[in-house]
Amino acid sequence: MMTDETRKIAFICSKGNLDMAYPALVMGWAALGNGHDVTLFFTFWGMDMINKARVDNLEIPPVANTSMKMNMMGVPGYLGIPNAMGVFPGMTAFATKLMKDKMNELQVPPVREYLQMLVDAGAKLYACKMSADMMDLKMDDFVDGVLDIVTAADFIEMTDGAQVIFI
Amino acid sequence: MATREIAGRTIDVNDDGYMTNPAQWDKGIAEIIAKEEGIPELSPVHWQVIDFCRKTAAANGSAPTLRAITNGAGVTTKDLFALFPKGPAKKVARISGLGKPEGCV
Repeated sequence: MMTDETRKIAFICSKGNLDMAYPALVMGWAALGNGHDVTLFFTFWGMDMINKARVDNLEIPPVANTSMKMNMMGVPGYLGIPNAMGVFPGMTAFATKLMKDKMNELQVPPVREYLQMLVDAGAKLYACKMSADMMDLKMDDFVDGVLDIVTAADFIEMTDGAQVIFI
Repeated sequence: MATREIAGRTIDVNDDGYMTNPAQWDKGIAEIIAKEEGIPELSPVHWQVIDFCRKTAAANGSAPTLRAITNGAGVTTKDLFALFPKGPAKKVARISGLGKPEGCV
């Protein structure tokens, strides 16, 4: 049964590749659906997930991605894209399109919409101060729902007692 | 298979307390489970969501995900989390007399 103590989960999103944007969104959404307190902290390349100019353009590059076999994208046979081919112009766009099509087919929303769902469900979003300074990003550059730009120490304080997941 | 008493009737439930036989469900049972889940009264919008879940489960065999509910029942994500606070996924399924939603979105 439910206790009065709400379980707290915090995700550190440090990656900007399309495939690595989804873990925190999927798990965060599940946690919210089960009544838990959810915080997302964006740092380094993860800033792309909340950057208005970048969030709709996340990509998945096939180079040096050993697990990326085509059967996952609807082509049977576990065919990989050789690294030597993955560097050709258009290959990243091709892989990105395959993944987006597959996600769409499974009715998984795009990153921007997914983030908004989490915000509407009560998730708290924060941007990393060092990354914001490094990339010269201000609050105006972020999608709606980002509450503040905070330091690492702020994040540690606000996630006291939380389970922290680094992605 | 476990059972429990609701409103003087014996109801089949699984180990997590979800009803396993949708045919045993009725609106009175929904109201009692809703109270257990901390929702004192079910409004017409609550019923709109519950009716959608019942219809979807009857058609597909499993409870809809939250995303399916917001897409199909005419409520926003904000509405859904306000109507069924602190964990709508489980609460909606329980009150609708269905199993846990299958699916991640």
